[in-house]
Formats: sequence, structure tokens, C-alpha cells
Amino acid sequence: MSAEIPPPYTALQRHPMMAQADHDEASRFNFLTQFNRYLSGDLGKGNWLAYEKRVLPAFEAIHGRSPENREEIRVAMNQDPWHRTWSALKRNSMEMRQQNGRQIVLRQLDELDAKAKAYNEASGLLELDSSVEQPLYVTCVDIHCQPGSYHTEERPGDVAVAANYDVGLFATTGGALGSLNDGGGQAVVGWIKENRPDWSPERVLDVGCTVGHNAVPIAQGFPEAEVIGIDTAAPVLRYGAARAASLGVSNIKFVQASGEDLSRFPDNHFDWVQTTMFLHETSASAMPRILSECHRVLKPGGLLLHVEQPQYGPDMPLFEQFLRDWDAYNNNEPFWSAMHGVDLKAVMEEAGFPLDEQFVTGVRAIPDKTLFPGSPDGDKEDYGRAAIWNAYGAWKPKVSNEIAKEISA
Amino acid sequence: MTQDLDWIARSGARAKGGRPAFFDEMALDRLYSLTLSLTAELAATRERLDTVERLLELEGSIDRTKIERYEPDRKAGEERGIAMRAYIARVMRGFQQEVEAMEETDPPVTDWVEKLSRQDAASA
Repeated sequence: MSAEIPPPYTALQRHPMMAQADHDEASRFNFLTQFNRYLSGDLGKGNWLAYEKRVLPAFEAIHGRSPENREEIRVAMNQDPWHRTWSALKRNSMEMRQQNGRQIVLRQLDELDAKAKAYNEASGLLELDSSVEQPLYVTCVDIHCQPGSYHTEERPGDVAVAANYDVGLFATTGGALGSLNDGGGQAVVGWIKENRPDWSPERVLDVGCTVGHNAVPIAQGFPEAEVIGIDTAAPVLRYGAARAASLGVSNIKFVQASGEDLSRFPDNHFDWVQTTMFLHETSASAMPRILSECHRVLKPGGLLLHVEQPQYGPDMPLFEQFLRDWDAYNNNEPFWSAMHGVDLKAVMEEAGFPLDEQFVTGVRAIPDKTLFPGSPDGDKEDYGRAAIWNAYGAWKPKVSNEIAKEISA
Repeated sequence: MTQDLDWIARSGARAKGGRPAFFDEMALDRLYSLTLSLTAELAATRERLDTVERLLELEGSIDRTKIERYEPDRKAGEERGIAMRAYIARVMRGFQQEVEAMEETDPPVTDWVEKLSRQDAASA
């Protein structure tokens, strides 16, 4: 397959829980998949050109200086006719992906709900807790313009929002996450096997697991391990548990719980705590609480790993920061900008992970290369959506900080 | 087909959260929604026509179930992918040429009209 041409939607491996697209529904995704690539590649460079040729010179003429932060660039670019045009196209593409996904799912919701129920009753992989409250960062807007977000229901006990999330990820990411949309989880497993070849974790926690597309590859990659995925939203857990069961995975459980309150788990319990594209969907007050809980439940010597798009940091050009921020303001990702702007290392240090135990490494999805060309990078990267991530990791010290301090004192 | 739920109406549910206005005139935002949706619908129709042609070529007959279940093999998938790319390039020409014009800024053609019309223009 040529690098410019993603595979057709019908080439995806469709697990039994995946909603079945008819001919035209698949074709709409084929259009959107290529259109998203076209927008970020061929047309995306127009944003830089508009900035360099007219927005920046006009800003400098007015202010007598260059922009000092991404917010100033955003305000200026939002007046530019090209950037407005490009943003209107991109927002519509996101909305069309949602409507197409929802048409596919909702017309067959009876069958999907029945299948999920049957899998979950038979497998025992699902554990719901209706006392778990939905935090404000889940309910304030529908995250990434997904109508209903992760937690709402079209009718009690359904899987609608989750099935829609899964069915359209392919189009949103330009086909870059691979056949089961699990490129993120696979990349993490690949990284572990390469860097810790002899490590065999017994207990793994995935916080904010949604439909489990990144937790299932961990369960598959470490069949001896017991994997627990938690999320506050019941519909994604229902679907995720059924999806995992339909893939024949049994060493995983989907549990309704909040990452801010892991009190159901004892201290020093997990060998590995994972979050994948999750922290940016929380909030400035929740993130430290989540990290501190992650620290508590990790065994000494255990691994904490967050997969996210790259943090902004002082080395990232302001214009790139602005581009990466597009989703925050135009695709309902309200914590995206602040989360990527924060010094994550300092936040993790505050949560108990000393700086010298922290590391940052790049991971990228390497799906079946014979079928999937992978995510474009460089000038053609779809910022915020490409299957190219940073992993922000830390090993929990084998001796706790307090004891270490006492010893050294 | 799902019972007890108007799946068509519910599929169009808006995402909670204020939608940014991209243009000063709201009608222009609506026009973009309309045009891009129509572009996608025509893309789907073209793929459907391609499916019908391929099924007829292969089997001499078609039925609707076969159309709905059609999955292009690798070669057909690539051919259709290339056709989609070319289609998008045609529909989006105006936008693409605007980018090209930003890369290579030209003076208005009226400048040349004036210059070439003057007898004293050097080497005209």
C-alpha cells in the first residue's frame, strides 16, 4: 500500500463487538480518513504560511515584538481567513465522523447491546459500581466532540457511545492506529519487551481505559499478568469488557472506578500503572490526585507510564504549540492546553516519583506495516492526533522517599 | 434495526459544548457543513458505483446484499484509495491553490496588464 493511501475501512480487523458498517457507511469513513490526511498534510502547511507571511508581520507591526506565547498566536490566527477556513473544514470533518459513527451504531444498537450483555454475563470481566460519580471534567463538555461523551446512555445499560468511539477511531486518526485501533497499547508493550526483556509484571492497572483498546494489547502481551482497566464511565466498560471477551482475552477486568480514588486497591499492589491519552482529559486539580493515587498503589520498583502527545516545553516552537492546541479550543479538549503546558516532571515528582527515576521516551504505533502505512510525521503530521507519542515514565523507588531521607540524614 | 429509538434523529445529536464560530457570518459556517457533507456523500456514491462495476465485471450480476458486503481486495482497495485521493484533490482545488499562492506570492495580473501595455516598457 502506498504511503499516501491508507487502507480501506473494510480492511480493518473487525472483532465481533464492532458495529458493522454497510457499504456507504464504510465509504464515508474512507472519505474522512483521506480527507483528514489531506487537511493536515496538503492544506495544513497553509497555516504556517499564513502565519509567516501575514499574521506574524502584522502582529509585529502592532506590538513591536513577536508573540510571547501560544495564546497570542491563537488570538491572532483566529482572525486570519485561511486559518478560519481550515478550522471550519476540520471541525466539520470531526462532526461528520461522529454522525456517521452514530448512524452505524444506533441503527444496530439492539444487536450490539444484546451481544455485549451476552459476552459480559458469560465472561465475568465487567464490574460496575453505580456509586462512582462522573467528575466535572467528564461531564462539562462532550470530549473531542463525541456526542454523549463516554458516560451517557441513549437508554439504560447501553453501549452506544463506546461502540461509536471504537467504530470511528480509524477515520479520526487517518488509519494510523492499526487494525484494532490498538497501536498505542502495542507500542507500549513493544517498548517494555525491548527495554525490560525479562520483566514479567503480575498486576497491571490501566487508568481511564475507555473501551480497552490500549489495555487489551497489554493483557495479550503479558498473558500471565492480571490486567485491570478502570474508568468512571459505565458504557465504555460494558463495551470494553465485551470487546475483550470477543477477542478471547480473559486476563483482564473492566472496573468502574475513578483514578482519583483508588481506595479499592491496597498500597503497593500493582507492578505497572498505565495511562494512555488520558491525563489530558482530566483537570489541573484532578491530575495530581490521580498521580498520587497511582504512586500509592504501585509496588516499590513498579512502573508508571503515561502515553501522551508531546509536552510543549520551552524547546517547542510557539507556533507548533499553537497548532497542537487546536483541539483544546475547537474539538472540546478543555484541559489539553494546560496539561501539555505544565511541567509534567515536576507534577510527577510532587506525586512521589523522584526526578532521577523519571524518563521520557518516544513511542509510535507500528501497526501491521503490510496493511497500514503508519502515521505521517514532519510537515504532514496531524498534530494532536498522530500515532506518535511521548511516554512519560517513572520507576517507583524501591525504598520510599521518606525512608531514603531518613537514611541519608 | 433498532426499535424504540429514532436512530436517525439521535445520530445527529450535537456535542455538548459551545461550537466555535469560524466565520463572521453564521450562514457561512452552515454552508461549510452542507458542502463538506455533500462532498462526502458524493464520494460514497462514487465508491458504490465502482463496487457495482466491479461486481458486474466479476460476476455478471449484482444484488444489494453483495454490494453492502463488498470488501475490495488489496489491489482494488489501492485503486479506490487512489481514486479517492484524486477526487479530494479535484474538489479541494481552490483551497490547495490558495496555499500554493501563499507559497509563491504573485502581484495582481493588472500590474502586468498595465506594464505590458506601455510602449516604453523595457524589453516588452
